[in-house]
Amino acid sequence: MKGVHFTWPGRPRFSLSVDRFSVGAGDRLLLLGPSGGGKSTLLSLLAGIVTPQRGNIDILATDITKLSGPARDRFRAEHFGIIFQMFNLLPYGTVIDNVLLPLSFSKQRRKNVERTSSQAQEAARLLTRLGLPSDEVANHRAASLSVGQQQRVAAARALIGGPEIIIADEPTSSLDRGRQKEFLRLLFGDIAKAGATLIMVSHDETLAENFTHVVRLEDFAKMERGA
Amino acid sequence: MIVLRLALQSLQARWLTALLSVLAIAFSVMLLLGVEKVRNGARQSFADTISGTDLIIGARSGGVQLLLYSVFRIGNATNNVTWKSYQDIASHPDVAWTVPLSLGDSHKGFRVLGTAPDYFEHYRYRGKQQLKFAQGEIFEDLFDAVVGADVASVLGYNVGDKIVIGHGLGSVSFLDHADKPFRVAGILEKTGTPVDRTVHVGLGAIEAIHIDWQQGAPIPGQSISPDQVRAMDLKPQAITAALVGLKSRLAVFRVQRAINEYPQEPLSAVLPGAALQELWGLVGVAETALAVVSAMVVATALFGMVTMILTTLNERRREMAILRSVGARPATVLGLLATEAGVLTFAGVILGTVLLYAGLFFVRPIVDRLYGLNLDISAPTSWEMTTLLVIVLAGLIAGLGPAILAYRRSLADGMTVRV
Repeated sequence: MKGVHFTWPGRPRFSLSVDRFSVGAGDRLLLLGPSGGGKSTLLSLLAGIVTPQRGNIDILATDITKLSGPARDRFRAEHFGIIFQMFNLLPYGTVIDNVLLPLSFSKQRRKNVERTSSQAQEAARLLTRLGLPSDEVANHRAASLSVGQQQRVAAARALIGGPEIIIADEPTSSLDRGRQKEFLRLLFGDIAKAGATLIMVSHDETLAENFTHVVRLEDFAKMERGA
Repeated sequence: MIVLRLALQSLQARWLTALLSVLAIAFSVMLLLGVEKVRNGARQSFADTISGTDLIIGARSGGVQLLLYSVFRIGNATNNVTWKSYQDIASHPDVAWTVPLSLGDSHKGFRVLGTAPDYFEHYRYRGKQQLKFAQGEIFEDLFDAVVGADVASVLGYNVGDKIVIGHGLGSVSFLDHADKPFRVAGILEKTGTPVDRTVHVGLGAIEAIHIDWQQGAPIPGQSISPDQVRAMDLKPQAITAALVGLKSRLAVFRVQRAINEYPQEPLSAVLPGAALQELWGLVGVAETALAVVSAMVVATALFGMVTMILTTLNERRREMAILRSVGARPATVLGLLATEAGVLTFAGVILGTVLLYAGLFFVRPIVDRLYGLNLDISAPTSWEMTTLLVIVLAGLIAGLGPAILAYRRSLADGMTVRV
């Protein structure tokens, strides 16, 4: 990220500027910052959900600010797995459909899955590794799962098809301490296995020990908030 | 496939509101098509009021007016046709048959028509159908009457009942022909035409009840009994109008012209079809109003659907954000919402059409019996098909509004998932 400046459309007083920010391939980066400090905005920029008014964002040797809207969407589908803080799943869909959803938008990830097994098998394998016995939950509606189980399904969805970059926006904040540890352990295991890059944001510094890099948002980004 | 399945499941999760919008659209479509069917039925029944007659003749007047008083029994003739002129026309070489019509009296609000027995032979309605008798038969005696179906049912008449004809056209007559009562000889089947509301008697009977009258009132001190009348010459002086059948329809304009230029008396001859159409043009304003109202109902139903989609939009922001995060294009998100609106409208249109035809199937015999309205159960006309298509398209376009709104919001939401 170089010389990026971004203002939310319709909210001119809120702006985020980043001079320089980089993440190495295979890194596990923890991005710390207070609530409402622009962390989610930074992730939106990285994932190409919003585009900056100025500056460049180079990801995997592609400047996504130069891509058209649909091309950016395709880029995200191919290379990103995203886990939200909560409400990750389509509540009325089955667990298996939720996990397989990214594959209908990405040819590459579909190919990656089908090289080794079928789509359903791969989803089952991921769910099982994340501690969800897939034969028990695969055909349940996502809404019938507990919050912790839903976050694991979301992780399986982010990981399926082996995207290069996993973005997680406080994925553990809705879990209690014990479950947080468990969830991160499983997530890290799979990410390491896939050789993916993880960018996770949190306001919780106690998580830092598990990451290869820890940065604070205020160290490299400037946020302005009008009255 | 998964995206489509999830969209369907999303709809399924909101099945009650979705069902209600589909029903609203279905009922509105049913109304729209129903009005159209009734409109067509009414127009057809109207056009079918009289058929098989080539010309209607009467005193010189406009075609619509002549049609109104001779066939619809509305209003009065400005003048009569003399018996001599009638005889002349009947003997015209191109004329196959003529039926005289004599109007002017009434019975408890129903018009009395003096005519010849040939009337029951030549009067045709709804595509050459003849008048049929529900009970009894054609008048034979001088004081026999044949009543239409409505007359019989409203007044509760049976064959053999005695009726008195009032003078003039009011439903309450101050003068009547009580000295010469009639016997109900026959009751006609329901036709859905003005025939139902008519009391038919022989042409001679009209003469007979007026024989001791002068200038619209009984001649004081002079009373002729029914038995005396039978012995008298009852050849009429004049009639009100006449139905004319030609040997060849090709001669119709020639005969019409001959009658219009009849030198001894100012007469008019009109083609019933043309006059009916002219008259429908006047009545047709009401049918247009009906069509406009039902179109508005359809628009209301579509608004209802858009409202439904809009109210669920907030809870669907999550759906939008998730789809965007896994790489769905705005076009996909837009498409899903618009498709949903399209699917709902389409389901409504299909359901409405099915309901209409099912309803028609049951209602048709009842409507025909009660109102003489023949509702055609036929495949939707091309106009109806086009209308249905336009409704589905309107639904799709209406769905685009919420879809664009949803897309804008999904952009503004960025990475945050809101509930």
